[in-house]
Amino acid sequence: MQWSSLSDFLSMRGYGLYVWGSYIVAAALMLLEPWLVQRHRRRALQAAARPATEDQSS
Amino acid sequence: MGAAFSAVYVRDLRLALRRRVEALLPVVFFIVAVSLFPLGVGPEPQTLRQIAAGVVWVSALLASMLSVTSLYAGDHADGSLEQMILSGQSGFVVASAKAAAHWTVTGAPLVLAAPLIGLLMDMSGVALATLVASLLLGTPILSLLGGMGAALTLGLRSAGVLLILLILPLAVPALIFGAGAVSAVDSGLSTSGHFSLLGALLILTGLTAPLATSFALRIALE
Amino acid sequence: MNRPIRWFTFAAPSRFYRLVDVINPWLWALTVGLALAGLYVGFFIAPTDATQGESYRIIFIHVPAAWMSMVLYLAMAFWAAMGWMLNARMASMLARALAPTGAMFTFLALWTGAFWGKPTWGTWWVWDARLTSELILLFLYLGYIALVASIDDMVRGDKAGAVLAIVGAVNVPIIYFSVRWWNTLHQGATISMTAAPKMAHTMLVAMMLMTFAFWAYAFATVFARAQALALERERDTDWVRDLALARKES
Repeated sequence: MQWSSLSDFLSMRGYGLYVWGSYIVAAALMLLEPWLVQRHRRRALQAAARPATEDQSS
Repeated sequence: MGAAFSAVYVRDLRLALRRRVEALLPVVFFIVAVSLFPLGVGPEPQTLRQIAAGVVWVSALLASMLSVTSLYAGDHADGSLEQMILSGQSGFVVASAKAAAHWTVTGAPLVLAAPLIGLLMDMSGVALATLVASLLLGTPILSLLGGMGAALTLGLRSAGVLLILLILPLAVPALIFGAGAVSAVDSGLSTSGHFSLLGALLILTGLTAPLATSFALRIALE
Repeated sequence: MNRPIRWFTFAAPSRFYRLVDVINPWLWALTVGLALAGLYVGFFIAPTDATQGESYRIIFIHVPAAWMSMVLYLAMAFWAAMGWMLNARMASMLARALAPTGAMFTFLALWTGAFWGKPTWGTWWVWDARLTSELILLFLYLGYIALVASIDDMVRGDKAGAVLAIVGAVNVPIIYFSVRWWNTLHQGATISMTAAPKMAHTMLVAMMLMTFAFWAYAFATVFARAQALALERERDTDWVRDLALARKES
């Protein structure tokens, strides 16, 4: 194991801000995006369940 | 084909000349925009000389884009555009003629106004000449690209701003080669590379932009 | 039997929708599996870099994100063109679905590029050829998204988007070339993101694993978004109604 301790790992030997700043944002985006798509899909289904006469647009 | 080209070209020129004030607005914008930079950056001649080529080119780009929606908007509103396209007229010819008219009315005046602007920015004679030459090759490219953008955004609500967003990335190579030629001259380097590339870009754009524009027009009018 | 292959079977939104329902769980599983493997190799097996220390580990996100941003743009242009030429609206929906994910990866490439640049070169932003081209690519994505969003008529939006995407795709090499030209003219050419660390084998493995993980992620997310778009566009059809009502009851 190249990391002598947990704090060694978390600090990334001084580069913690940059490494974690990147990974956290990447993780956040790649969790947020699918969640937003799920929500989009859910709302589309809900809209489709409503009777057609409600809105004539699009 | 030549007859169709001149017909559209001359008609657009005539229409533009009837609204001379509107036709000159882009040039006025150009002058105002460039003048803002010294106010923002400071009057140091050294600094101004360095940023001059880029400032002039970007301002010319924006000024060009401002007037390009009117290329098709008027004809679209009164139905003559539909007549032109659906009558079997080559969309390519119509697009080329309109881009040529746009350049005559907006692009060429920008090129003529550039020396004045260059003086405001304390450019050297050689740099100024290079700038004017680069704009001479570059502004037609902008008119061609702008025409395509205008056709894509025909009739849309925020067509003006949307068009600028669409076209600016595509105009980056022209900007780089055009403004870069002036930097090269300032550093004593050869500009032949820049001008060759700019010329090649003009030819490429001249062959492809009207094609894309004619597709876009057909799509917008369907 | 000699039935010809029905290549266009998934051009029907209903069939595409069902296909995605079947394959997406696998794609998500692949995403997680590959990502875990990649991160493990990247953090626990790949060694520290001699010159860049631990900061180089950002490439395990930066490079895959940059690759995805470019691949997705080409895919977007391809599917938009297919939709236009073959009059297949599912292809056009796929193109529209690709854009936000592509833009996300482009932004991620820029963000990680900045976070990598700061410890390496001292500034948050470096106008090197690749980062600058990524920035322009982001503008191209945003332009496409803005254009199709501004056009109310779906079919016109599909086709106009196709023209724009194709023009963009053709221009990307020209833009990249001109930006590289620009970069070498102005001093500072020594700063380059291409000066990646001499890749130890393990670093390469981690990067490839993360790339495939991003691929799987992109497929899953884009397909799901295409499903949502299909539900919206086809809302008046039987298959959508059946789905919606079935869901309402559950």
